[in-house]
Amino acid sequence: MNFPWLGRKQRTDELNEELESHLTMATEDLAQRSESRAAAAQAARREMGNFLLIREVTQDMWGGRWWRDLLEDVQYGLRVLWKNPRFLTVAVVTLALGIGANTALFSVVNGVLLNPLPYPHPEELVTLHESKPNFSTGSISFPNFLDWQKDNQTFSSMAVQRGTSFILSGLAEAEQIDAQFVSSDFFRQLGVVPVIGRDFAPGEDLVGAAPVTMITAGFWKRKFGSASDAIGKSLTLDGRAYTIVGVVPANFDLLGTMRSRELYVPVGQWSNPILMNRAAGLGFHGIGRLKPGVTVAQARTDMERVARNLAETYPDSDKGIGAALIPLRERVLGQVEPFLLLLLGAVGFVLLIAGVNVANLLLARSTGRAHEFAMRMALGAGRGRILRQLLTESLLLAAIGGGLGVLLAAFGTKAALRVLPETLPRAAEVGIDARVLVFAAGVSLLAGICFGLLPALKISKSGAQSALKEGGRGGSGTRHRVQRALVAAEMALALVLLIGAGLMIRTLGALWNVNPGFQPKNVLTFGFALPSAMSGANADSVRAALREVHEKFAAAPGIQAVSFSWGALPLSSDDEWLFWIDGQAKPANDNDMNWALNYVVEADYLRVMGVPLKTGRFFTRQDDEHGQRVAVIDEALASKFFPGIDPVGKRLHLNNGGDQVVEIVGVVGHVKQWSLDADQKESLQAQLYTPFMQLPDKAMAQSAPGVSVLVRSEDSAPVFESIRQASAQMSNQQVVFGAQTMNDIIANSLAERRFSMTLLGIFAGVALVLASVGIYGVISYVVGQRTQEIGVRIAMGAQRSQVLRLVLAQGAAMSAIGAAIGLGAALPLTRLMGTLLFAVSAADPMTYFCVVALLFGVSLAACWLPAWRAARLNPVDALRYE
Amino acid sequence: MAKQQYRNRIELLQGTLDLMILQTLQWGPHHGYGISQAIRNRSGEILQVDTGSLYPALHRLERQKWVASEWKVSGNKQRAKYYRLTAAGKRQLARERSRWQQLTEAIGGVLDHAGNEVES
Repeated sequence: MNFPWLGRKQRTDELNEELESHLTMATEDLAQRSESRAAAAQAARREMGNFLLIREVTQDMWGGRWWRDLLEDVQYGLRVLWKNPRFLTVAVVTLALGIGANTALFSVVNGVLLNPLPYPHPEELVTLHESKPNFSTGSISFPNFLDWQKDNQTFSSMAVQRGTSFILSGLAEAEQIDAQFVSSDFFRQLGVVPVIGRDFAPGEDLVGAAPVTMITAGFWKRKFGSASDAIGKSLTLDGRAYTIVGVVPANFDLLGTMRSRELYVPVGQWSNPILMNRAAGLGFHGIGRLKPGVTVAQARTDMERVARNLAETYPDSDKGIGAALIPLRERVLGQVEPFLLLLLGAVGFVLLIAGVNVANLLLARSTGRAHEFAMRMALGAGRGRILRQLLTESLLLAAIGGGLGVLLAAFGTKAALRVLPETLPRAAEVGIDARVLVFAAGVSLLAGICFGLLPALKISKSGAQSALKEGGRGGSGTRHRVQRALVAAEMALALVLLIGAGLMIRTLGALWNVNPGFQPKNVLTFGFALPSAMSGANADSVRAALREVHEKFAAAPGIQAVSFSWGALPLSSDDEWLFWIDGQAKPANDNDMNWALNYVVEADYLRVMGVPLKTGRFFTRQDDEHGQRVAVIDEALASKFFPGIDPVGKRLHLNNGGDQVVEIVGVVGHVKQWSLDADQKESLQAQLYTPFMQLPDKAMAQSAPGVSVLVRSEDSAPVFESIRQASAQMSNQQVVFGAQTMNDIIANSLAERRFSMTLLGIFAGVALVLASVGIYGVISYVVGQRTQEIGVRIAMGAQRSQVLRLVLAQGAAMSAIGAAIGLGAALPLTRLMGTLLFAVSAADPMTYFCVVALLFGVSLAACWLPAWRAARLNPVDALRYE
Repeated sequence: MAKQQYRNRIELLQGTLDLMILQTLQWGPHHGYGISQAIRNRSGEILQVDTGSLYPALHRLERQKWVASEWKVSGNKQRAKYYRLTAAGKRQLARERSRWQQLTEAIGGVLDHAGNEVES
């Protein structure tokens, strides 16, 4: 390896000595023939030639010339940049913005999409669901899961899981704990090894097994100070004692999206009476690991066979039920992939604009330096050498800008994630890693080369003589043309981004104006659990206790109306019951019955939610466990099952765990259950309301450890606090938890779009500012170049307003060309936004018009200052201007 | 004098300087000045090696490891850098010599042929 920069000084000294000795020897030889020694020395020197030149040519033989030139270029470039701090600042800040925004977004894409899921062999993991008439990825019943596990031939293991919560008592004040029911293989197949203790054993997930639990490292620390003797201790959950067998590592994150859980309990411990009912999905979803080498398609075929066999064996419950397999990655990231890639494309535009701006700055500055380069060329610098010098300078700029950009990205990413912490899967894994740094370096390099090359070529091409002749003022028309074209390009890019942002704003506006079928303002939802001593109590005592709670909550300050809720909750969670219409034959099996979303609520529900009553009546306090069984339906159920008939007075058979016959007493408006934008796309629309107090006994007993409460409050009352106090006054063993306003629920359902809108808006804003700076720079520069001409015009009698118009017209022309190109590009590009848009066309004329007007307004404002300066020129000064 | 200057300016063919340096070092180590004097003497004062070509050539040959150098004190107590031929340099010299042989034979053939034509 040759390190040319090492020992160079010493080698140069040696070379000097070598050449000196040559001279001495030549002098000695000549001295014998010359009259004087001085004459001999002179002759020897003449014969030798240019000492310095010889030395330099010889040094070139050592190699490393390239490095020395680079070092020189860098030193020179830094000096030149440093001498012009205003230019340096503008260029570096512009590049830092562009590179920073790209790096920030890339770090999100990298963390979320590119990095593999944090499990061993994540490509083998697929999520499992039941496909049923109304749901393509419905939940799996536990008995079906057990058969899937037993009968399949393509999976090395399978597990099911479901969120739940327990009331933990006995350690301190009772509290609600988020937990997860899992089957035995769950942790093993995800490659999770307990910190201490053991994993769940096979069979431990079956009904009747001894109650055990695994706790997470956070819970372990909080409750036991991470002491190892926690293993084997007992926890009281919903009044039952569970033995702690192991601790789950702190970094275990359930697919990156779920809320953090504090403990895990085997499925079989669930006290739900219909757990072993083959027809009951109960919210279980599965995850399986394919055997090595098995494809998803092979697994699907295998599972089709398994499901078909089950349907034959258990037609009552399994007819029409299939198995749905979705690769884990697709399930977790399928939703966000398109919009993240869209945003990455959009932020690329910002970088383009930033780069174009810097190219323009370099171009404008190069005119001032034409003289310098002409001089260097005249002194013998090759065109390649000049080109290299200029490229070195732009790369230096890009490197400084890139460095700042990475810093900006490090902070920007954190800020961006705070906007939307919950909706983005794997948000916690986003950060700056080696790949992000390589990306930033690559982008900086590319920007430096692309945007430095254009002005560099321009300069090195213009011959030395012409620049010298023009006395450093350069300024032939062609250079302006390039600058104008670049500004027009910036305008076009900015316009595309603005239109994207505009369409998102319109979409969100439209979504906020969608009528959800209820009035979300001032509605609060939260969970409530009776003291764990009530677990296992009979239905009558649970009813009595809940009645008392209802009274206390209703009397709390600021509360207008209260309703318990069981089953489905609009835009949050769904729950279905099966029914058939009285008078028709009972369907042979469950899957031939009709489906309805079930809302089990109290008399004040309509007042709380503001759902309109259409005909008949809603529930009263008399519709209780002693009264006749009644129901209220929504318009969708009415029009589907009672077309043209008044449903009031008709009766339905409910298959809800206690075969009930209910009489329809009223019809209410339809409520958007699934989402604001795509509710009507879901096949299940029918909605059925039943009185809370008429809930079948088994279900009522079950609601002791957890039931939803909905309250309507007065404007801006601190409701949750007064609810908490009301609850605490009754007993410190009952718990209120998970408060969320209806408005928050709606806002969360729009979070993904809001994220896109916010980012697109920021990108578009940055783009607009950069493009305005660009047009301002070019117009100022052109005005500067034309100072003399303008002076002549004014001296010849041109009006100030004419000068103003002259300059503004130039800006307007650039904007118009840019807008035309931008519109042409936006039409196809905004189609890519497809599913993100709602109730607004990708070619929405209103958006396009406003955005074009905005662009023109801003660009003319940016031109105003230089135009005004031009109009105010004193012709005498202008003519003297050099 | 004028004539001699003219003759001195015979341009060396590309690569011949390397050949002559290597050949000169065949007879023993030499410093730069000695090499230039040797070439001058052996060519009958016709070839005068330009210092501006000699030292770059020596340093290039050294970089290619065909010659090696060391500092020694010469006969008249002058410290000088001596170059000597390496084993690789000897092989290179053999190659260059045979190439030169081929070249002179080829050029000679062309010249002889042309001379015959003029005579006939």
